[in-house]
Amino acid sequence: MSAPTETALGLTESRSIGGRVVKAVTYALVLIVFAGPLLALLVSAFNHVKDPTQLSLIPSGATLDNFRTAFDQGVLKYLLNSFFVVGGGLLLQVAVSVLAGYALARKKFRGMTVVMVAILATLMLPEEILAIPLSLILADLPVVHFNLIGTLAGMIVPLGAWAFSILVMTEFMKDVPRELEEAARIDGAGDLRIFAQIILPMCKPALGVIGVFGFTMIWDQYLLPLLVATDSSSYTLPLALRTLRIDPSVTPGVVMAASLLALLPSVIVFLFFQRSFVQGLTSGALKG
Amino acid sequence: MSVDQVRPSANGSAVAGARPTAVPAAKSRPRRSRRAGRWWTPWLFLAPALLLFLYFKFIPMFNAITMSFQEVQPYLGNKWVGADNYKTVLTSDGFREAAWHTVVLAVGQTAGCLVLGLALALLMEGQSRRLGFIRSAAFLPVVVPIAVVAELWRIMYHPTGDGMINSLLGLFGSSPSGFINDPHTSMASIMVTGIWRGAPYDMMIFLAGLGSVDRGLYEAAKVDGAGRFQRIRHVTVPGLRSVFSILFILAAIRGLRVFTEVFLLTNGGPDGSTEVVMTLIYKLGLEQNRLGVGAAGAVLLFLATLVLTVCVHLFRRRGNE
Repeated sequence: MSAPTETALGLTESRSIGGRVVKAVTYALVLIVFAGPLLALLVSAFNHVKDPTQLSLIPSGATLDNFRTAFDQGVLKYLLNSFFVVGGGLLLQVAVSVLAGYALARKKFRGMTVVMVAILATLMLPEEILAIPLSLILADLPVVHFNLIGTLAGMIVPLGAWAFSILVMTEFMKDVPRELEEAARIDGAGDLRIFAQIILPMCKPALGVIGVFGFTMIWDQYLLPLLVATDSSSYTLPLALRTLRIDPSVTPGVVMAASLLALLPSVIVFLFFQRSFVQGLTSGALKG
Repeated sequence: MSVDQVRPSANGSAVAGARPTAVPAAKSRPRRSRRAGRWWTPWLFLAPALLLFLYFKFIPMFNAITMSFQEVQPYLGNKWVGADNYKTVLTSDGFREAAWHTVVLAVGQTAGCLVLGLALALLMEGQSRRLGFIRSAAFLPVVVPIAVVAELWRIMYHPTGDGMINSLLGLFGSSPSGFINDPHTSMASIMVTGIWRGAPYDMMIFLAGLGSVDRGLYEAAKVDGAGRFQRIRHVTVPGLRSVFSILFILAAIRGLRVFTEVFLLTNGGPDGSTEVVMTLIYKLGLEQNRLGVGAAGAVLLFLATLVLTVCVHLFRRRGNE
């Protein structure tokens, strides 16, 4: 039984005292480096901080003052904006992706390759590079002439076009057995019914992947809200952190309290749905 | 199989009468038509995606390219200026410096993330539950929003002796560093922050890759008397080839397009020592309204990422043959 656990370093199965010490020290070091700063954030958010310049690792009496000040600065509104954007954006992205995935995976039609290549090509197109033209388009949508600048809708609608989700859905839907679809078709089911009652329920794992991945990606958005927001009433929480910090009356403790609120949702989603998340990471990275 | 055989006969008789619309199509393409439905069904399903991609990816891309050849004047109409914007970009010192900073940052972060990520993955490969916990904890920086990462590190980098990192360094007797406030250390400081956030991501991908390395080879290497280092060099690293190239592309693109952490940590300062292409484009386009020049810079940046991606793909294909 030792064969499957054989690893490159053989570190994990070393049982000697020296090996254990090395192991403990390395893991402690890893934790300090990667989790330590986040622990400092957590501690400072609940700490009395008199010194306006620095964080403290040692708690000096827990308090909710930092959160109170943060809420006085409008953090609740920014948080609600963020939730609104992530909710709307995710809903749109998932809806768009499952529909497109169904067509690309279950249908054969002329022009399919062109559509597939065009969508895949956008994976190589960093959104940062489109920042300037995108902000112009959001100010005046071609044909319909809407101005989305300064609205939450402007931060939501562009999130619908995300090639990664479409790719994941397409790949997954391809694996649903043909026979199920054929049987439903003989029973007289139309495309919409087959899509909603046969294919979609079979794709729950993929829905989990794009849901969890989409959530963290949208929650992490910075540039798009920055392009769209005109004043603090439409700021999302990540954007608001900067304005908080620039305010001279605000201590790092308050910024950290707001930061804690800004990082909790994505950390919670990650911890609860680790499996889906890692699946998404590897399917996104290892497929190329 | 049986399903397909039933169909033609059904078309010929009762069903044809019940659904007259299906008949003409069924005659010209007997089997496909039924399975595929009407020709526009797939397009209906694709419509929302195509509309959104058109508006927010394809049109902006097209506009970026046209704008890069124009002097963009809101309300006055755009003037075609040919390659002038590109000339401006390529001859300006600010841009060349920003390009250099971007390359330095991208190379440093990519190398740092790959090396540290591989080291972490090798250290934490295994099945025990305790390891799973440590892996999750180490992975947390990846899911923390970049804006939070920047604010956190800004405070940790506080330049006086009582700043968090400075007081830690003080324990080892080193004098306080200015970090992001000092032009000599600002770039390295941003790089460290980027590696802190990027390495655990690479670790996770490496771990997935390590899972597919043939365990038998380790055993064989052990029997042949190979030490740990040799096992890694001759078994693990070759087994991770494709993972390396994918991570390289991802990290390099991530590095070239870096914006948010620089924008929040230094916004290009001090003394322009951390100005990267994206922060410069942002300033040109959205603060100084020189949209055409900004667009030219963006197109060049896009070409650079494209060339890099294609090169690595070609290189990889040759390696596989």
